[in-house]
Amino acid sequence: MIWAALALVIGVPVALAATSEQLAWRGPVYILAGFAGIIALGLVLVQPLLIGGVLPGLSAYRSRRVHHWIGGALILAVVIHVAGLWFTSPPDMIDALTFSSPTPFSPFGVIAMWAIFAVALLASMRRRLGLRLRTWRAVHIPLAIVIVIGAVVHCLLIEGTMETVSKAVLCAAVLAAAVKVMVDLWRKRMVRSENLARQ
Amino acid sequence: MSLVVLNRRNLLISGGAVLASGVLAAGTSSLLLPARAEGLAPTESMTGGANNYRKGAPIVERIGKGGFWMSGTVRRAGDGAPLAGQRIQIWAHTVEGQEHEPQSHGATLTDKDGAFRLEMPQIIPIFGQPHGHLAYDSGEFKTVFLRPIMRSAKDASLEAHFVLQPA
Repeated sequence: MIWAALALVIGVPVALAATSEQLAWRGPVYILAGFAGIIALGLVLVQPLLIGGVLPGLSAYRSRRVHHWIGGALILAVVIHVAGLWFTSPPDMIDALTFSSPTPFSPFGVIAMWAIFAVALLASMRRRLGLRLRTWRAVHIPLAIVIVIGAVVHCLLIEGTMETVSKAVLCAAVLAAAVKVMVDLWRKRMVRSENLARQ
Repeated sequence: MSLVVLNRRNLLISGGAVLASGVLAAGTSSLLLPARAEGLAPTESMTGGANNYRKGAPIVERIGKGGFWMSGTVRRAGDGAPLAGQRIQIWAHTVEGQEHEPQSHGATLTDKDGAFRLEMPQIIPIFGQPHGHLAYDSGEFKTVFLRPIMRSAKDASLEAHFVLQPA
């Protein structure tokens, strides 16, 4: 049930974007860049679900492993998105990356991109840095909030190939998943510290 | 004088630029720009306006097969006098080509009332916004690049207005 809903929430916007008449006026690289962006948003939805243990059939260990792999896939999607747009119109991409773009959604996307890169870099060095779970979460969760909000606002403000309703549903799902998992984590921590206090 | 509709997006993105572009009455501009209270303020170039600019686009009857109208006015800063015979270059990502491609570019001249109007292919959303590009870059006045945004991607026309100051 959850898997089916997840497949629909990600699959429908991708499928509807694939039928967009805008595609007729775009080159293949631009099309690829656009879809990489949609996929990236879909991956941002999957990430909290994995870590929150919401997806049935996956053990906590497996979920965490997949979370790492999806993190890597997210980096790849973002790189394809940015590189493809750069190739399509270098001055527009340079404007976006230097925060001097006329489009209001660009800074949200660029900030989310840097937050994604930061999480990936820290995750790859977590063991070397000797970060404990608590410290790691204190770093990762704020960055995750930046990624989720940045990605959602970026996507909602864009007028492109995505169909409006399916886009809004995907964005709402991304927000809801992130909020649910973070609230759950926070509750668990509250319960644990209460238990400790009682002992 | 034609008015450009101010919607939320315009206001949010380029409120300053739109106001300064002189599309509002001179009185309003002078209220907002007290430093130039003595007359019509010159149009500032918009952010990203010069992107994919190709200098020296030829003067054409029509860009490509047409179907979409780009129009506007060119006036002189200060007294607001219409400027005739000014060359305005226009380009956009359209159904017939990308922004940087030569066939997407063309130029036209203003008439005796300082108005210009050029038919071009339908503009489509690119980089998340349906927008066009216009340039005044002929030397006599200061160069100005505009990047007006369409209220809807389905619009079949777009306006942009120039108020130029001596170079």
